[in-house]
Amino acid sequence: MSRILQVEDLIQEFDLTQDLLDRIKFKHGRFSVEQQVVHAVNHVSFEIEEGEVFSLVGESGCGKSTTARTVIRLQEPKSGRILFEGQDITHRKLKDLRPIRRQMQMIFQDPYASLNPRQKVLDILTEPILFHKLAPSKAAAEEKAIYLLERVGLSAEQSNRYPHQFSGGQRQRIGIARALAVEPKFIIADEPVSALDVSIQAQILNILMDLKDEFGLSYLFIAHDLSVVKHISDRLGVMYLGTIVERAPKRQLFQKPLHPYTKALFSAAPTIDENKLSQSQELKGEIPSPIHLPSGCLFHDRCPLARPECAQTMPQLREVEPEHFVACHLAGAEGSAADSVKGGICL
Amino acid sequence: MGKTLLQVEHLRTYFHTFRGVVKAVDDISFSLDEGQVLGIVGESGSGKSVTSFSILKLVESPGVVQSQRILFNGEDISRKNEKEMMKIRGKDIAMVFQDPMTSLNPLYTIEKQITEMLDLHQKGMSHKEKRERCIQLLHMVGIPNPEDRLKSYPHQFSGGMRQRVIIAIALAANPKLIIADEPTTALDVTIQAQILNLMDRLVKEQNASLILITHDLAVVSQMADRVIVMYCGKIVESGSRDDVIRRASHPYTVGLLNSIPRISEEQDRLESIPGMVPSMLDLPQGCYFAPRCKYCQEICRTQAPVDQTVGEGHTVCCHFPLKGGD
Repeated sequence: MSRILQVEDLIQEFDLTQDLLDRIKFKHGRFSVEQQVVHAVNHVSFEIEEGEVFSLVGESGCGKSTTARTVIRLQEPKSGRILFEGQDITHRKLKDLRPIRRQMQMIFQDPYASLNPRQKVLDILTEPILFHKLAPSKAAAEEKAIYLLERVGLSAEQSNRYPHQFSGGQRQRIGIARALAVEPKFIIADEPVSALDVSIQAQILNILMDLKDEFGLSYLFIAHDLSVVKHISDRLGVMYLGTIVERAPKRQLFQKPLHPYTKALFSAAPTIDENKLSQSQELKGEIPSPIHLPSGCLFHDRCPLARPECAQTMPQLREVEPEHFVACHLAGAEGSAADSVKGGICL
Repeated sequence: MGKTLLQVEHLRTYFHTFRGVVKAVDDISFSLDEGQVLGIVGESGSGKSVTSFSILKLVESPGVVQSQRILFNGEDISRKNEKEMMKIRGKDIAMVFQDPMTSLNPLYTIEKQITEMLDLHQKGMSHKEKRERCIQLLHMVGIPNPEDRLKSYPHQFSGGMRQRVIIAIALAANPKLIIADEPTTALDVTIQAQILNLMDRLVKEQNASLILITHDLAVVSQMADRVIVMYCGKIVESGSRDDVIRRASHPYTVGLLNSIPRISEEQDRLESIPGMVPSMLDLPQGCYFAPRCKYCQEICRTQAPVDQTVGEGHTVCCHFPLKGGD
């Protein structure tokens, strides 16, 4: 198996005070210059093997979408390295990036906003094929577009319609067909099912899995819904405030989550298999602002197990068990408090 | 079981549009006991929100609400006029809406918005009493330092905190019934857990009843005593939580349950429901679910099914109800 994507130490920041006037603040009777920077992604590293589904999970604002958008270079990374099939694409010029872009495609969250309302479905699908010169003629491109349309469960007659004539689930199918039109190897799916009803969600997840086998795809899957993520992924990274706090193969992560945040996240997710609301693991407070990151461990002020050292030093990702990485001072130590907290979900 | 608080009989809400009549809620009946939590589940467009608006008479033209009776606390509220309804809304029946970002007025402090409820429904409170009640309410819903936050505006709160403020407003007049329309859909899971726990606790403490409208079967299975499943404006299944979740009898309920990936199981493929919800302007003949149903037979396509009782308090609207959860 070869490595399709490698992300090393990725940092993404957004300066809210790019304008000099925004920086000048009047406080306590005097003027001062203040810079406000959103630390969206902080030192994120992960890798995706060919044919693998790697998921990033976390709550809103944890930087999972920003990571995805930075990896595909929709946003310029602040620092770090992005390697696609061994080639460094971190600072490639747009022109040189094009052949790579053909290999990596994106499926967006909102099926209502991600299709051009003035283009017919057939044009939406043939445009990328012709742009990347993947078909000898327009007729061949159209033939290919219709094949893809049928592959995602729509019919050829529907190809002359406009996006508004489709339901949300159908539009997401069109979005998937468009991503596949340029024969990519790697697909970034940013919350592809979160805007859909449950019964449609299952249909789309099934399509994504079938296509993965048929076209030999790898996925970077972004989601907040744990049950969806559990269903589709091989490996996962749990994100909190722009950092990956835990990274492990699916089975290990769900059987034995080690980071206190992962445990809290798992116990907060409602399931139909249990009857009662789980009272024990409820997290206190809310996610701190990414402008003023907490000192030390980013999770320490909400963590039920926090110790004095957690406020001092930031824990690094450590391999606690084979392939199971955790960024917590307490995890992994023999008989530590972190291990004694229940939170695993039996498989 | 306590006594019946709300009894809805043959409620119909039709929207008369240029393209035809949309039967958003089509002849549904249900009841709710005091202190009970009722979950109404369904996909978008199934009529679950319109049901709650209809009870409170919040449906606007071209919508027309008709019902045989809506008994609330022994009184028929379906015949009340707007002025009488104003006294019921907020006081006896309070509502919590889905979007915490838009259901508070951005121009008023939260103190002003809570006091407005007190001014309307608990007249004769002094300024100091009102202030104390505000602090007490905010404290109850878990907002830290309520004294300092009274003068804050909605934009100074996060989504989860705003939803707490909205719940505080809903509780201000000690309502007997709270209708929560997708109260946690816009929130993250850890915040959702906080809000659900809060609502669960408050409903028990205040001895109020709750109608929880959601698309999330998992949320319903954790909160509700009774569950109603809606599809295309009709109730397809209703029963106790265990009846509907563990012994689902309607093929649609079973399909919905199977569509949810289980965290605790390994599955290769999800059993999805084929097709999609039909257009409300062009509903199929017979059973509305027939075109998507894998157990569909000839009669399903021609004749609309009627409610069948499959267990105590467990009814299913299907010609061929499934047995025991499969």
